Amino acid sequence: MSPFEILRFALRGLAANKLRSFLTTLGILIGVAAVILLVAFGEGASQGVQQSIQRLGANTLTISASFGGGGGGGGGARQQGGPRTQARQLTLEDARALADPAEAPSVKSVSPVVAAEAAVAVHDGASHALSQLIGTHPSYFEAVNKPVEAGAYFVNDDVLAARKVMVIGRTVAEALFGAVDPVGRQISVSGVPFTVVGVLKESGSSGMQDADDIAIAPLPAVQQSLTGFGPLGSIIVQATGADTTETAQAEVTALLNQRHGITPTGTADYRILNQAALQETVSSTIGTFTALLGAVAAISLLVGGIGITNIMLVTVTERTREIGIRKAIGAPRSAILGQFLVESTVLSLVGGLAGLLVAFVGTRFTVAGIDPVLVPSSIVLALGVSVGIGLFFGSYPANRAAKLRPIQALRHE
Amino acid sequence: MTAPVLEVRDLVKEYGEGEARVHALRGVSLTVERGDYVAVMGASGSGKSTLMNILGCLDVPSSGRYLIDGTDVGALSEGRLAVLRNRKIGFVFQSFNLIPRMSALANVELPMAYGGVGAPERRARALAALEQVGLADRVRHEPNELSGGQQQRVAVARALVTSPALLLADEPTGNLDTASTGDVLDIFDRLSASGRTIVIITHEDDVAARAKRVIRLVDGRIVEDRRRIPAGGPPPRAASGTGEDTAAGTVAGAAADVEAAG
Ligand SMILES: Nc1ncnc2c1ncn2[C@@H]1O[C@H](COP(=O)(O)OP(=O)(O)OP(=O)(O)O)[C@@H](O)[C@H]1O
Ligand SMILES: [Mg+2]
Repeated sequence: MSPFEILRFALRGLAANKLRSFLTTLGILIGVAAVILLVAFGEGASQGVQQSIQRLGANTLTISASFGGGGGGGGGARQQGGPRTQARQLTLEDARALADPAEAPSVKSVSPVVAAEAAVAVHDGASHALSQLIGTHPSYFEAVNKPVEAGAYFVNDDVLAARKVMVIGRTVAEALFGAVDPVGRQISVSGVPFTVVGVLKESGSSGMQDADDIAIAPLPAVQQSLTGFGPLGSIIVQATGADTTETAQAEVTALLNQRHGITPTGTADYRILNQAALQETVSSTIGTFTALLGAVAAISLLVGGIGITNIMLVTVTERTREIGIRKAIGAPRSAILGQFLVESTVLSLVGGLAGLLVAFVGTRFTVAGIDPVLVPSSIVLALGVSVGIGLFFGSYPANRAAKLRPIQALRHE
Repeated sequence: MTAPVLEVRDLVKEYGEGEARVHALRGVSLTVERGDYVAVMGASGSGKSTLMNILGCLDVPSSGRYLIDGTDVGALSEGRLAVLRNRKIGFVFQSFNLIPRMSALANVELPMAYGGVGAPERRARALAALEQVGLADRVRHEPNELSGGQQQRVAVARALVTSPALLLADEPTGNLDTASTGDVLDIFDRLSASGRTIVIITHEDDVAARAKRVIRLVDGRIVEDRRRIPAGGPPPRAASGTGEDTAAGTVAGAAADVEAAG
C-alpha cells in the first residue's frame, strides 16, 4: 500500500464529511493565527515603546525633588528608611556642583530645568496654550535629543544675558504661525515677549502627550518673567556614555547626599530617574505582556487540538464498522493507522497554513498605533504545534481503531 | 496430496466471564480439502458464525489449532494475518458489509489496493469481477443506491476479485429474495466448478443442496458430516441431475450459460 494511496483514502474520508472537516480546520486556523498575531502585536508594541523611550534621549538621568513618601517610578532610585532631615529643594548650585568634572567625571552635561505652568503664547492675535514651557541651558537639547529643524538653539550667552529667546516645537509653530516661518518673530508669553530663534524637529507624539507642543527658553529668562527665582523643577544629567550611566548616577547621588546633608541611613529628598533602567523595566513589562498574550493564544491552539482529537474520536467511532471491513479484507494495521493519522494531520496542517495566511494578512494592519512585527519563532512554533497536535491527538483514536480485531470492529454499533 | 486448505482441531470458543459465560464452540474438528463445497447448517445460536469468523481469521479461538494450507494461523503475526486475509480468503458477510459512500467499483478494488495491485490492473480486474456477478451496469453506484441482492453480489465480487483459494460466506442469501438467491448461488456453483474451495453457512435446505458436503452444528459441536459428492467432483447443480431439488432446471441452465460465457 503506497503512501499516495493512504493519502487518497484519507482525503476521501475528509471529503465525506466536509462541514465537520471545515469546522475542525477553523479551530486550528484560529489558534495558529491568534498565536502569530498576538505575538506580533506584542513585539510591535515592545519595539514601539522602546523607540519612544530612546527618542527621549539616551544616557540621561532626571533628578527631581521628592517630598513625602511617594514611590519612585520605574528606574527611580531612592534611599529608604531613617528619619528625614530637613528636605531641600534642588537649586542651581546643585546643578553647578554636578557639572564639576573633578567630582563627577562621568557626567557630560548638566541642564537645570524649570517648567512654567499654564503658559499661553500669543502671536498676532493667534493664541496657544503651551503644554510645556521649559527654561533651561543649551545642553538640554542634546541631552533629551531635541534637534532643531529651522533656525538655531539658543547659546550660553543667551543664558548669561537672560535673553528672551525661544525654541518652539512644531505644534506651537503651526498653531501660531501656520505656514509662515516663525524664526525671528516674536511671541508673547503671559505678556512677556520672546523672539523665536529655532523650531524643533518633529518628534511625533508618543503616548498621551504631544512631544511637539513645547517651548524652550533660557533658564533665567523664564525665571525672571514667569516662574520666579525659586527652586529648580528638575536637573537633567547626561552621562558620557551608555556604560557610564550607572557610574554617573553614583557620582550624582554622592554629591547630592553631601550637599543636602543626607546620611547613609537617611531618606533622600530627591530622586533620580535613570532612562536606561526605565527602558529595561518597560521592555521587561512588555515582555511579560507578550508572554501572556502568547499564553492565551496557545490555549486557543490547544483547544483547537482538542477539537481535532474529538473529531477524530467521533470519526473513528463512527467508522469502526468500516475499519472492521477494511481489516477483514486484509488491510494491514499500518494502512488503517496511516489513513487516520493522515486525516488528522491534513486537517491540522491545512488549518495551520490557513492560519499563517490570516496572520500574514493581519500583520499588514496597524491597530491602535501598534505596528505588528512578525516573530519567525512564533510562526515555527505555531505551525509545529499544530502539526504536532494533529499527529499526537490523532494517533490515539487511530491507534485504538487499528488495534481492534476485525470482528470487534465489525460488531461495533 | 498437499495439505488440506482448512484444518481445525478441537476448536473451543467461549464468550464472556463467569455467570455470563457462553460456550459457542465446544471442540470442533474439521478438515476441508481443496475444491470442496461445504454447507454449514444448524439452529440459530449453534455457533456457525463463530466458527466462520475464526475460519476467516477475523476472530481468535479460546483454544484449539487452526491451519490454513498447513500454516498454523495462531502463530502468525498481525501483519502476516492481514496478508493472509487479503490473499487467501474471500469473506462474504450476511450483512454485505460494503463501505458506504464508495462506489461498487471502489469497494471491489479495495482488497487489491491493500494487496498492492497497481491501479490500472486493479480497475480491470474489479470491472471483470463485477461483470461476472452481472453488475457491469452498476459500477458507479454507491451501496445505498443498490438493491440488497445487488449489494450482496458486489460483496461476492469483492470476495472473489483477489482469486482467493478459500471463499467463506456467512448466510450470503439470508437477506435475499428467491431470484437474488439464485443469482448468488449460481456464482458459487461456477466458482466451485472452477476449483475454488467454498464454505457457506445457511439455514435453507435448498441452498445446502447445492453443496458437495453438509455439516450440521448443534450447540457448538458437529453432529453430522454428510458428503454428497466427492470434493474433486463438480457441484451438484452444475452436474445436472445429481441435485435433489428438481425445480432448479432453469437456474442451472442459466448458470451453465454464464459459465460458458465467462
Ligand atoms: N460477541 C459475543 N459475545 C457473547 N456471546 C456471543 C458473542 N457472539 C456470539 N455469542 C454467542 O455464541 C453463540 C453462538 O453464536 P453464533 O453467532 O455463532 O450463532 P449462529 O449459529 O451464527 O446463529 P445464527 O444462525 O442466528 O446466526 C450464541 O449463543 C451467541 O449468543
Ligand atoms: Mg450467524
